[in-house]
Amino acid sequence: MGNMFRSKRFWLIAPAVVYIAFFMALPLMQMAYVSVLERGDYGGVNWGAFSVDAYVNFLFERDLMDNLVLNTDYIQIFVRSFGLSAMTMVFALLLGFPTAFYISMQSQGRRNFLIFLVTIPFWTNILVRNYAWMLLLRNGGLIDGVLNWAGIETGGLDILYTPYAVSIGLTYTYLPFMVLPIYASLEKLDHRLVEAAFDLGADKRRAMKRVILPLAAPGIAAGCILVFIPCLGAYVTPELLGGGKFMMIANLIGSQFGAARNWPFGAGLGFVLLALVLISMLAYSLKFKSLPEEKI
Amino acid sequence: MKFRSVILGASALALLSVGSAKADGELFFYNWSNYFPPELMEKFEKETGIKVTLDVYDSNETMLAKLQAGASGYDIAVASDYMVDVMIKEGLATEIDAKDFENFKNVAKPHDTMKYDPDRKYSATYLWGTTGFTYDASATDAEMERSWKEFFEPREEFRGKIGALNDEVEMFNAASYYAGVEKCTEDPAEAQKVLDVLLKQKPYIAVYSSEGTIDRMSAREVSMHMQWNGAAHRTKETIPEAVFVYPKEGLTYWSDHFVVPTGAPNLENAKTFLNWMMKPENAAEASNYAGYMNSIKGSGAFMDPSMNDDPAVNMPEEYADLLIPGQNCSVKARDLRNRVWTKLKS
Repeated sequence: MGNMFRSKRFWLIAPAVVYIAFFMALPLMQMAYVSVLERGDYGGVNWGAFSVDAYVNFLFERDLMDNLVLNTDYIQIFVRSFGLSAMTMVFALLLGFPTAFYISMQSQGRRNFLIFLVTIPFWTNILVRNYAWMLLLRNGGLIDGVLNWAGIETGGLDILYTPYAVSIGLTYTYLPFMVLPIYASLEKLDHRLVEAAFDLGADKRRAMKRVILPLAAPGIAAGCILVFIPCLGAYVTPELLGGGKFMMIANLIGSQFGAARNWPFGAGLGFVLLALVLISMLAYSLKFKSLPEEKI
Repeated sequence: MKFRSVILGASALALLSVGSAKADGELFFYNWSNYFPPELMEKFEKETGIKVTLDVYDSNETMLAKLQAGASGYDIAVASDYMVDVMIKEGLATEIDAKDFENFKNVAKPHDTMKYDPDRKYSATYLWGTTGFTYDASATDAEMERSWKEFFEPREEFRGKIGALNDEVEMFNAASYYAGVEKCTEDPAEAQKVLDVLLKQKPYIAVYSSEGTIDRMSAREVSMHMQWNGAAHRTKETIPEAVFVYPKEGLTYWSDHFVVPTGAPNLENAKTFLNWMMKPENAAEASNYAGYMNSIKGSGAFMDPSMNDDPAVNMPEEYADLLIPGQNCSVKARDLRNRVWTKLKS
């Protein structure tokens, strides 16, 4: 033990551990505690009075006869969030992989410049970027205007405040999180392997499928996770671009801490989400236990 | 040269001491965004030497959640009627006895008292207004009814061109007036009626949003919007044809109040501010900026004539019976309301 405290490694790791314990584990424990408390009459919670209402309410509601019946409202909101996140992930992958691939094929100086371009959106606040999309997508906005000018009569684009606008906004927001990790794995790719594939008679498609894609898999996996999970927590985009017509999980949680003044339910929803994400990550890591990189 | 640096040093010292003297006189003000004129704040700082720091929120509930979560350090928060009730009951409000203030004599009836704080122990009056809807009269040839029907079951020309407030309380209340149901109802069958009204309206809604209602109307992105009357007044600056409707089924009348949160670090400065805001010229300036009426006698003389001439702000006497005050609903009623809202958006 004494040896451990003297070791350099311990002291190097310690700040990170303390940081995670303090800024992640503690708040999570507090949330867990709040989720099993009784709600206060005027918001807040009754400290010390326990109740599992929050978790019961997620699946059931009381009907007129005070019986518990299945309530699908919240499940529907969860399903929508997972669906939109998956869709965003796929779109981001379809756009992000070719982009990353293209960048990785450039000369060193050009690569750095292009990567720098990818990071530019991070300079601006996400709220501002969503407002910019509102100006682009609205009827009579820039896109509508250009289409009409080019002779394509749109008669009003009618895309703002629809689910399409939400998925455009989400894909745009999370695209860099897909491009960067894929680029990172493609950049390390040994081009001699691709040449070898061609020498052995593979055509372009086959080389891509059998050599490049497997080698880029860790980056693709990282990108998918980095897009999918934050997307589940999207709050601003559905509110602004979706016109507030359909809730996603984050909006539902927000409303519990706001107008509904039901903190335990809000905290409980947060935990249901956390559990679902953990389970799907677990399933994912079991399935892809042997990532191709280890085979090399 | 040397002399000059001595002078510079001395004035720097003087500035420093002024700075610290000022630091004693501070006021932390927590308010809705875009709801207090910056010029008026500067005027207050100049007249009293108290430095004001502003923080803003978007809804009563955000403010409540922050105070309940233990945020301290605010000297003044602005709360709507029903929220004053919550704050008093939750022990989040400090007794200030506004009645004893020198300028309280300026407060017009009935604002010298209030349903949830009859003796004005915890609250001082700020602005008040109504929640109705505005439409652009140039968008229709029809003779519009003075009813929520036009909003909830819109005519052909308004369909898809309607903005609603993204506010669970305001929307539920308006729909309950139209459905003829008590807004704090605890009866699921009645809540269902409210939900039916909202669901039927939803396909015609362009957007649910409480922010930028004025801009959306002005840009003609929508031609009808549920609005607070002050926003309706400001909409008319760009769209003179805009009409603010006082529906015959009734509309919510709300009032906002200054409350001093428990543990306010600068209680005396807060009282100074509240008393100062009861002067007619200061109250008038707040009204001119926000577009809502204040409750201070004699402020009319300092108000923009456009405010007095606008029926959206200066409500015609015959509509007085339509006003329904805000109400702090029970837990059961709030749960029903939230379930209606969630079902609407699930």
